[in-house]
Amino acid sequence: MEATIALAGNPNSGKSTLFNALTGARQRVGNYPGVTVEKKEGRYELNGIKLNIVDLPGTYSLTAYSPEEVVARDFLVDQRPALVVHIVDAANLGRNLYLTLQFLELGVPVVIALNMIDVAVERGIRIDAEKLAHLLRLPVVPTVARSGKGKEALMEAVAAVVQSRAPIDPLFISYGNEIDPVLSELGRRIQAAGFLTQRFPARWTALKYLEGDEQVRALGAKADPRLHAELEAAVARLADHLQSTADTYPEAVIADQRYGFISLILKQGVVTRTGDLNRLFLSDKIDQVVTQRFVGPLFMAAVVYGLYHFTFGISKAPVAWVEGFFGGLKGLAEAHLSDGPLKSLIASGIIDGAGGVLGYTPLIMFMFFGISLLEDSGYLARVAYMLDRVFRAFGLHGSSVMAFVVSGGIAGGCAVPGVMATRTLKSPRERLATLLTAPFMNCGAKLPVFALLVAAFFESHEALVMLAITVLAWAGALLVAKLLRVTVIKGAATPFVMELPPYRLPTLKGLLIHTWERTWQYIKKAGTVILAISILLWAMMSFPQLPEVVQAQFEERRAAVLAAAPAEIAAEMAAVEKEAGEGVELSEQAQAVKEQLLTIEAEKAGAALEHSIAGRIGRALEGVSALAGFDWRTNIALVGGFAAKEVVVSTLGTAYSLGEVDPEESGSLSEKLAAAPGWRPLTALSLIVFTMFYAPCFVAVVCISREAGTWRWGAFSMIFNTLLAFTLAVLIYQTGSALGF
Amino acid sequence: MTRQNLRKLTERQSAVIAAVKADGELGRRIRDMGLVPGTVVTVCGRAPLYDPVALRVMGYTLTLRNNEADYIEVVVED
Ligand SMILES: Nc1nc2c(ncn2[C@@H]2O[C@H](COP(=O)(O)OP(=O)(O)O)[C@@H](O)[C@H]2O)c(=O)[nH]1
Repeated sequence: MEATIALAGNPNSGKSTLFNALTGARQRVGNYPGVTVEKKEGRYELNGIKLNIVDLPGTYSLTAYSPEEVVARDFLVDQRPALVVHIVDAANLGRNLYLTLQFLELGVPVVIALNMIDVAVERGIRIDAEKLAHLLRLPVVPTVARSGKGKEALMEAVAAVVQSRAPIDPLFISYGNEIDPVLSELGRRIQAAGFLTQRFPARWTALKYLEGDEQVRALGAKADPRLHAELEAAVARLADHLQSTADTYPEAVIADQRYGFISLILKQGVVTRTGDLNRLFLSDKIDQVVTQRFVGPLFMAAVVYGLYHFTFGISKAPVAWVEGFFGGLKGLAEAHLSDGPLKSLIASGIIDGAGGVLGYTPLIMFMFFGISLLEDSGYLARVAYMLDRVFRAFGLHGSSVMAFVVSGGIAGGCAVPGVMATRTLKSPRERLATLLTAPFMNCGAKLPVFALLVAAFFESHEALVMLAITVLAWAGALLVAKLLRVTVIKGAATPFVMELPPYRLPTLKGLLIHTWERTWQYIKKAGTVILAISILLWAMMSFPQLPEVVQAQFEERRAAVLAAAPAEIAAEMAAVEKEAGEGVELSEQAQAVKEQLLTIEAEKAGAALEHSIAGRIGRALEGVSALAGFDWRTNIALVGGFAAKEVVVSTLGTAYSLGEVDPEESGSLSEKLAAAPGWRPLTALSLIVFTMFYAPCFVAVVCISREAGTWRWGAFSMIFNTLLAFTLAVLIYQTGSALGF
Repeated sequence: MTRQNLRKLTERQSAVIAAVKADGELGRRIRDMGLVPGTVVTVCGRAPLYDPVALRVMGYTLTLRNNEADYIEVVVED
């Protein structure tokens, strides 16, 4: 026998912990269609019953205001799971049962897992589970998800309900003498007309009309416009009546009555308290320090810095391993494949691409681990609480700070994990604005570009420029966020109303599972797209190749240099080349010859780049880009920077016929730029600003698209950011030129 | 007994909710969290910039913005 059951509950009730305890590593993570809400499924077997457990998103209610709620409700209605295991925080019974009632009104069988019994006991709350079970007429099983206590008993109860397959009638709650008659009347009409009855119980539909539920009303308007209009009219009459007689709304009365129903149940000896309800617990004492007016912000700065350091400092070694591994692989490919496009494809297209994909994984892993730790312990909610006032002014959310800092709010981050860090943000508009602006921060890949330009033109003001760059990124991100929130993502602030959960010690297992799932999702889903795009970019930079004649010319020059050299030198060079020996000491003369050959190579690479698609784009754009002070070489470099910002440096090197310049050691290039015609400090400033704001690297774009749920936002960030950056760069360059800089 | 706005409560002060004058999404969120007439709330802190406010409700801690608290009327025992 097989059955699907759903796991539901308020956020912070221990739902993920229970899910992990039940399913262990046998989980599948995906997304609900069309939304970015995570969907987790796992399996559990008991007495020959195969249970497919679906972890619904944590919600407080089953309205249709957030994607989480819509997803949870649609799943219950459309997939009809055999039952819902509702994880209830025993220390918070009243508020949690509010959701239970909504499951029962929908006619879904419920088994309650009375979780956090240990916390309740510690707080002097005693709950009579049997009595609760009796009053609600459903199984109630005490559990401690953290230790796995009670999970067998819980699953026995689940199995019993699944096996009995007894259909249950939706719970009938009385909503008082104003609402009840209307509700019954509407319910009757709905039933008679068969209005949406395939999906919802009739009385429930009526109730949703009274509550003004957008989703149900939209469905109703489509299904039967006439009855829909009648229902709306009846609701409006009731609303007017309640407004004039009691100055209240139908939905308010309904909520009051539900809570009334709950307190009636709880009063029958279900909950006994020893000690004061509002006593200060350890958690409150921690808060008195950690959110204190002066200590709070300092502590928060330390924690945020700690997260940054954890993500980028500790992951340095694994990142180096990944880079080393792919570097070695590339070396092997270069040594064993014969020259030509295939070698270039494998070495520079595929291996570099795959290295690029996996190079981010340590960052993503450490970031998710750190953020999960903050989230599960309850501290992230405090960050949102303390910073809300600041970020709200820009249409953002207090927890936006995490995404900004990881993206490079402290210079040197990375937008890829930064964009993913917005997952903890539950307010949709605020989240979108955050993930679109986080890439303005100065990620580690932009820094070599800045370093190059600063070294070339602002050597004496290095520290000042670097500070200005950080301030500018923050100002830009916040102002653009504000701009987006009053234009393309406009809409009122999502209500902040939020629980500050008690501090809890997360379990290592929970953190690891969480981290791994999300990282794997990145590798699997984003990885393939990223690999494909990086091959495409490689092709753009390599094709079309130089015409045969031109290649032959370079070959001739090479041959000429070798021919001009004395015979023994030529022999020495050939010998060295055969052994591919780097370490071999060359004689002085041979060294000179080698330099000449390298110069020719570099010139050839420069010519090839100019001839490629990227080069042609760069040339074609010169007319426009001159407004910002960029010549075609800079343009090509910026096109290359779409692969990863530090590529700007190496591409600029190739374009200036210096060969591949190592972004970390760009001294030769900065000398060249400082002396190059057309370059002056103003050009550098314009380029710094452009690099900061233009299209995020494509890896970030892929992640933005995935996090936002549609490619449109990825495309938006490329186009909008580039236009913005160009406008700023032109402004700077033209104003500066006019002022004589 | 005085009826006043939730925003006006001072730290550590308790009151009983008399009415929630919000509908739509905000009203729903407020009610979901158990803020309905008859519930006792105690102000247990304010963020460093004095907004949002943290409340103790039914044994747990909740935070909302001052402009959201404006929709909630409470009765304070004198
Ligand atoms: N003391 C105690 N802590 C728990 C229990 N269940 C979960 N936790 C902890 O509560 C926190 C939140 O749990 P989580 O499963 O992430 O909650 P979710 O938001 O409902 O998924 C974690 O730090 C868990 O370790 C429990 O029964 N007792």
